[in-house]
Amino acid sequence: MMIDPLSVFLVLLGAATPILFAALGELVAERAGVLNLGVEGMMITGALAGFAAAYASGNPFLGFATAAVAGAAISLLFAALTQVFLSNQVASGLALTLFGLGLAAMLGKPFEGVRAPVMPAGPLRINWIVWLGLVMVPAIWWFLNRTRRGLILRAVGENHDAAHALGYNVRLTRLAAIAFGGAMAGIGGAFISIATVLQWTEGMTAGAGWIALAIVVFSNWTAPGVLAGAWLFGGVTVLQLRLQAAGVAVPVQLLSMAPYLATIIVLVAMSARQKFSRRAGGAAPGSLGTNFHALR
Amino acid sequence: MNRRHLMASAAALMTALAAPAYAQDEPLKVGFIYVGPIGDGGWTYQHDQGRLAIEEEFGDRVETTYIESVPEGADAERALTQLALAGNQLIFATSFGFMDPVINVAQRFPDVKFEHATGYKTAENVATYDARFYEGRAVIGTIAGHMTESNRIGYIGSFPIPEVIQGINSSFIHARKVNPDVEMRIVWAYSWFDPAKEAEAANALLAEGVDVILQHTDSTAPLAQAEAAGAIGFGQASDMAQYKPSPRVASIIDEWSPYYIKRVQAMLDGTWESGSSWAGIGDGEVVIGEITDAVPAEVKAEAEALRDAIGSGEYHPFTGPLNKADGTVWLAEGEVATDEMLQSMDFFVEGITAQIPQ
Amino acid sequence: MIQLVPRSGNAPLWQIATPVLAVLATMLVGGLIFGLMGYDPVAAIRTIFWDPLFGPASGYSRPQLLVKAAPLILIASGLAIGFRAGIWNIGAEGQYIIGAITGAAVALALYPLEAWWLFPLMVAAGMAGGWAWGMIPALLRNWFGASEILVSLMLVYVAQRVAAWMAFGPMRNPQGMGFPGSRNLQQYPSAANPELIAGTGAHWGVVAAAFAVLATWLLMSRHIRGFHIRAAGTAPRAARFAGVNPATLVAFCLGLSGALAGAAGLFEVAGPAGQITDRIGVGYGFTAIIVAFLGRLHPVGILLAGLLLALTYIGGELAQLTMGLPAATVQVFQGMLLFFLLGFDLLTRFQIRRRITA
Repeated sequence: MMIDPLSVFLVLLGAATPILFAALGELVAERAGVLNLGVEGMMITGALAGFAAAYASGNPFLGFATAAVAGAAISLLFAALTQVFLSNQVASGLALTLFGLGLAAMLGKPFEGVRAPVMPAGPLRINWIVWLGLVMVPAIWWFLNRTRRGLILRAVGENHDAAHALGYNVRLTRLAAIAFGGAMAGIGGAFISIATVLQWTEGMTAGAGWIALAIVVFSNWTAPGVLAGAWLFGGVTVLQLRLQAAGVAVPVQLLSMAPYLATIIVLVAMSARQKFSRRAGGAAPGSLGTNFHALR
Repeated sequence: MNRRHLMASAAALMTALAAPAYAQDEPLKVGFIYVGPIGDGGWTYQHDQGRLAIEEEFGDRVETTYIESVPEGADAERALTQLALAGNQLIFATSFGFMDPVINVAQRFPDVKFEHATGYKTAENVATYDARFYEGRAVIGTIAGHMTESNRIGYIGSFPIPEVIQGINSSFIHARKVNPDVEMRIVWAYSWFDPAKEAEAANALLAEGVDVILQHTDSTAPLAQAEAAGAIGFGQASDMAQYKPSPRVASIIDEWSPYYIKRVQAMLDGTWESGSSWAGIGDGEVVIGEITDAVPAEVKAEAEALRDAIGSGEYHPFTGPLNKADGTVWLAEGEVATDEMLQSMDFFVEGITAQIPQ
Repeated sequence: MIQLVPRSGNAPLWQIATPVLAVLATMLVGGLIFGLMGYDPVAAIRTIFWDPLFGPASGYSRPQLLVKAAPLILIASGLAIGFRAGIWNIGAEGQYIIGAITGAAVALALYPLEAWWLFPLMVAAGMAGGWAWGMIPALLRNWFGASEILVSLMLVYVAQRVAAWMAFGPMRNPQGMGFPGSRNLQQYPSAANPELIAGTGAHWGVVAAAFAVLATWLLMSRHIRGFHIRAAGTAPRAARFAGVNPATLVAFCLGLSGALAGAAGLFEVAGPAGQITDRIGVGYGFTAIIVAFLGRLHPVGILLAGLLLALTYIGGELAQLTMGLPAATVQVFQGMLLFFLLGFDLLTRFQIRRRITA
């Protein structure tokens, strides 16, 4: 049996794009110390808003821009809860997912059963948004590691008390990171509705947001790691479907478990390396999931 | 009791002598529980269309309500009970996973009639109904066999259960009948509805050189992928008309209205009885959507002839000689599969090389 | 300029007032949305909050509140203990699924044996399964410093796939006509978890939830370990000096919450749900996290929060049924309720003061 690796890769590029965008956004939020479990809610919001705009205007790119705005807008609910009202991030994120899924389903009724405009193919016949996702990887890496603002963002995520003491605005930094995460999740969701399915249907993200959360852990909180993770998680699905199509019997459930187990192994290995070598950095951001309240 | 009511009762009594009937001053309340949202554009959407057809047909003689997105299991039992308590006299439960909850609730409400889609457990007040989707698959299988140039057709399955296996076998048998060189590639999505995954499944098939895709999952994602690759496909569950004339060259539509109207009518007439209905093209429950001009006229004519032959009962899609994939004889020459054989079908027919996952 | 100042000690008035305020705010905004969509806002709010308790069919829905709330309360009671110690188990959904599987496995392995000790053994197996699944993140944290938040979340995904594998493979009902899903434990007398007193809804899971509330309250207020837990949560370093072993505490909290989640899964699979399917996890484990926070991590608060959420579920179904409110609108309403409850919680922890800045 022969499977052409290049064709698998080309399929994988598209299949991994929604989770790549969502995971890159969540990466930035988590690097700022925010664990937002509302990715699924933000993705579905983007999927609807993007589709609606693309359908109404006939311009898919306007759809993606709208999706980014909508994703960021709904993420601000989470931002308000966690940064202003100091609610627990895990609970707030779960509430955001619930709310987003309901809101999109409620507002999406008029857009059922219609088609999105077809996107013009980009360079090498690969979708423009796929290219954008690939460009975002080095861009986010550059931002986090080579810019002053990226450094501040990481400082806020590593130790918010210290960052505050140094005079950085913890809350504003996190607010921006959350909104960026929302925008990226929105684009990821819109890729499903505009580029993959060309239609709006309730619940169409079907758990992609949860996979994005796993990818961030797998990535060990680095942008290239996110790309690797998106390709691994997307790749396992693409490959198992491809093997099935080629007539090979595959244990689907066991195989689909593998990337999650790999994620746990990576997390444990990185944590252990940090613990035993006393090497600074490397695993989860120090303040991940905790709220910050300045007394003064 | 006022005079008018008395008159109405008397009238009802009179009809009751011919056929027992409900008094007509109260509308018949009909409830539905759906496993998905009515906006899913597929399975639940089509059932809800059936509900609307009841309203259309009977006007203010019926009152319908529904609860959507009910998870299978404990929540289903509660939703069914709520519907019964709210005075619904006829309740349709439209997912296989509602089977045991329906049986449980029906025991507690012996006066309420229940209709369970796609299950196999009946009771005094529980009937089951299903559609012979494999009849429609025979028709689109025929089209697929003619239309493929690569001689490879692809099939996106949801779960390896008898209903889906029937569909795969039926379409393969009829594709081979018109094109002996055809082979079938099968991918299981393990979901009834997951657009992203269905798209990937379609891509996997396309990359294997498939140029006609059949699907037993509910989203339009495979059609969108087929279009981009210049392949064709078929609408599933609903017509998916927005992909006409190509890549969607025909469709299999779940049309529940005839059955729903018949059963509501039986309730109104007082003739409702438990039973198992398994209707197909002939009863209008499985409808072949418009075969578009992307299909050559003679192929279209052949497909329509097959459709009519099945519809009239002249031809059964599972007629021997047919062997199982392992080479053993399943149906002898001229033998027709019984419903029992079909309902527990767990094998592929000869010629399909893939294995059914265990 | 507005400033937040942490409250010193408890603010009993605010403890009670904030949830009431949050619910009122939700009613107001929710009513506005219902009104804009063309539904009677007063009727909608009444249907969701009042009818399940005192409406026409409340004789049925009141006990159902217990059925729906029990798993939430049982899981949240365990989670809250860990949360108080700063140990974040967010993988209760996975522990719930594994508990359901290991508990059901005992029954399925011994089928059709009837014995009084079977159900207790299943409970033990369910708790052991949940405990073991919870101990994985505990040990990985203690040995390697891996974040228990992330490991426990990842293990949810793994557990979901284990459930699918079980439902399609090893645990599939041999008499299930080829459909996925295990035997129905409701129909296996020794393994079933039925209503203990007819009409109360109370099954063993409800009893266990009540017991868990009491036990966790005693643990936190009367037991030295409860003191350790609170100390570890508020002042980790001081707690260490006071002789609290952090590793022991991690294992205790994750193990306990895992065992309770596992028990909840077992009670559900042997009772209301009935069988292992690929969708046995319906999100109780995640919703319980919200319940724990809405209940301010206090056993009594969790009891009330669990009942409130159950109320909105059942009231939401009633609103669909009687008013035709779409499921999505109900979901939006629930999401808003959570936002308001979480947001208003601020008032119990902080005072709002106006500061005059120069």
